[in-house]
Amino acid sequence: MKLKALIPLIVFVALAILLGWSLRHDPRLIPSPLINKPAPEFALPVLHQPDTQMTLADMRGKVWLLNVWASWCVSCRDEHPVLLEFSKRQLIPIIGLDYKDKRDDALAWLNQFGDPYTNSIMDTAGRVGIDFGVYGVPETFLIDKQGRIRYKFTGPLNADSLEHVLLPHIKELQGA
Amino acid sequence: MIPELGHFALILALAIALALGVLPLWGAARGDAALLGIARPAARLQFALVAGAFACLAWAFAENDFSVTYVAQHSNSHLPLIYRLTAVWGSHEGSLLLWGLMLTGWTAAVSFSRRLPEVFAARVLGVLGLVNAGFLTFLLFTSNPFIRLLPGAAEGNDLNPLLQDPGMVAHPPLLYMGYVGFSVAFAFAIAALLEGRFDAAWARQSRPWTLTAWLFLTLGITLGSGWAYYELGWGGWWFWDPVENASFIPWLLGTALIHSLAVTEKRGAFKGWTILLAIGAFSASLLGTFLVRSGVLTSVHAFAADPSRGVFILALLVAVIGSSLLLYAWRVPRLEGGGLFSDVSRETALLINNVLLAVVTATVLLGTLYPLLIDVLGTTKLSVGPPYFEVVFVPLMTPVVVVMVVAPFLRWKRHALPAIVRQLWLPFAASLVIGLAGAWGVGVFSVRGVLGLSLATWVFLASLQLLQQRLRGTPAASAVSRLADIPAAWWGMWLAHIGIGVFIVGVTFVKGLEQNADVAMKVGDSAQLAGYRFTLQGIDEISGPNYTAIQGRVQLWRGNQLVSMLTPQKRVYTANNMQMTEASIDAGLFRDVYVSLGDAPTPDAWVLRLYYKPFVRWIWAGCLLMALGGLCAALDSRYRKRNKSEAA
Repeated sequence: MKLKALIPLIVFVALAILLGWSLRHDPRLIPSPLINKPAPEFALPVLHQPDTQMTLADMRGKVWLLNVWASWCVSCRDEHPVLLEFSKRQLIPIIGLDYKDKRDDALAWLNQFGDPYTNSIMDTAGRVGIDFGVYGVPETFLIDKQGRIRYKFTGPLNADSLEHVLLPHIKELQGA
Repeated sequence: MIPELGHFALILALAIALALGVLPLWGAARGDAALLGIARPAARLQFALVAGAFACLAWAFAENDFSVTYVAQHSNSHLPLIYRLTAVWGSHEGSLLLWGLMLTGWTAAVSFSRRLPEVFAARVLGVLGLVNAGFLTFLLFTSNPFIRLLPGAAEGNDLNPLLQDPGMVAHPPLLYMGYVGFSVAFAFAIAALLEGRFDAAWARQSRPWTLTAWLFLTLGITLGSGWAYYELGWGGWWFWDPVENASFIPWLLGTALIHSLAVTEKRGAFKGWTILLAIGAFSASLLGTFLVRSGVLTSVHAFAADPSRGVFILALLVAVIGSSLLLYAWRVPRLEGGGLFSDVSRETALLINNVLLAVVTATVLLGTLYPLLIDVLGTTKLSVGPPYFEVVFVPLMTPVVVVMVVAPFLRWKRHALPAIVRQLWLPFAASLVIGLAGAWGVGVFSVRGVLGLSLATWVFLASLQLLQQRLRGTPAASAVSRLADIPAAWWGMWLAHIGIGVFIVGVTFVKGLEQNADVAMKVGDSAQLAGYRFTLQGIDEISGPNYTAIQGRVQLWRGNQLVSMLTPQKRVYTANNMQMTEASIDAGLFRDVYVSLGDAPTPDAWVLRLYYKPFVRWIWAGCLLMALGGLCAALDSRYRKRNKSEAA
């Protein structure tokens, strides 16, 4: 048996280990090192009024959701109707972090599919996304009144995960 | 009662598949004719049983049997019959059953091939039986579509509205035909490794199966792209979504495989490559299934993640791929190398393209798995989107196309470099000039625009040159009989390569010249885009069988001429309250005009998204030409004639 002939097998074993590892780590449940830590500071232009900026301090005293999205993100399309429906219940402010996107595309996207966000901010360079440890789009962070990240949801939300995962956390924080 | 029959048929099919996977292989090793004889009838029986199970599930959907969990979750009595039937494969369990149906179907088709030597056929069928046994076990133990819901539901949840589209009717079956079809090439490779027989006859027998699988995969991907264009409502045709990549990776390997097989048949070379690609193409299909079904990657297709399913597919993956690569490592060093060839020869060209396609495959795979990889390393978190793929794909594919144009002009074994340069420089220079002038003339004067148009022109010119050269070389009398003398396989190659050129034209123009605009319009307003005038005539409320919709009536004018009436819709599906955009498209050979309906910013105004997509149809036309080429090549008469040396 020549060593060269074993290369494909070795590559495959490495791949299988990677896949096996990732199976135990559901992408939707990645623990963020930022959980229970203060959210990173940011000052970003507001999507609809690019002259005004929004900072972390503006949201102090409120329990709120930061939803990372982008017009180029296909999974966001999946999540969008759920978020839209949820926003109508007005339970919690939802701030959209428009990640690595062009302003025109983002506005067009919201126009076409509807705007569930209390406000959207533009992270064109993706710096704030990196500070938040954004792993893929979409992601949703739950932030408490003191500005600490309390929960992180990776991947598209669905009605079920909103109702049974996020909502209990929200209720608990709002009650505190 | 009927669902239980289906369930029972599946259990029986598993038993048959196990017998098929064990007995003939054992018989082949011991030279036992009785055991070998089991292979063909068993292959047909297992197909009949799985087809029966599939029919039972289809019946449950047609009859609205909401006491079957899968039906209750994915159907609804208001859903039109056609979508009730296609809902059979609209979700996880049913699509796996479709996989099984295809796999046993291909196996049964192989069992009818009389060209294969008996022992070899038994080995191929045995390998396929083993794969099928693995899949049926997976189906029965983790994803049984026949599980009852007691008490039954009064009404179903409805099919995902994204999937209620004619494109969706044919997309999964075609895609799976391709995916699963590579299992035959795979089984041929494993049987050859087991037998140690690996010659030109083997390659010739394997080629039509591989080509057929490849052409179905091509069609499936094309249809999926068209579906995304129509249904996702924003005019894109490829998103580099993990699920799309999962179908593209086997396509790339399959493309390399059909070329590598040609060299093995003609020259006896590249044996190791061919075997590895045959294993690789099917492995990529399995890997794709794993990625899509296990939920390790999040994607637009967002399938439910069930860890037990992921573990099972991974185990299946390791068993199938791991054992075949082990067999490969053990057996392949014994294969004798093929004929020698010099640095300038058709073999070299095909080898370069094999390597390049393998690199492209690795790149796409890397991009798809990158989120997982980065997560393992636990360093910076990054996301990979279309920007990565667009940056790496074009530079890697450009040399592939260049070599593709040159290769058919090269002779096997050796070709003098000056001769080939003399032959090709003129059309090459002409293409550069045409590409530059064309790009400047139509306004896509960028590196990509010039590159795309020059490459495409070169593909077309070289194809004409190749045809002319072919006709000159034939001794027959009339032009017609000369044309008729060209083998179908050659036409297949010729058409598929032209298809690549057509595809490049489409991509270049769409990327370079597309225009879009979002306009808020009131009834009676007009908007201009790319020389067209759009007039919103009215907004109507309409209702379909399982949805209500708002429909815009948009007149499309060019100058004073009414081109067409477009009716974009915004639908709300009643059963699950999901909103869908239905774009309305005025399609043409040289441009599509595409309108979708957005939100209402004020009560009497509507946002219309207007697109002008030049040459977008060429993208799919190119893919269809490739599939047609695959069909021609698969139908070549030499695959059907029984060769004397083979019979011996």
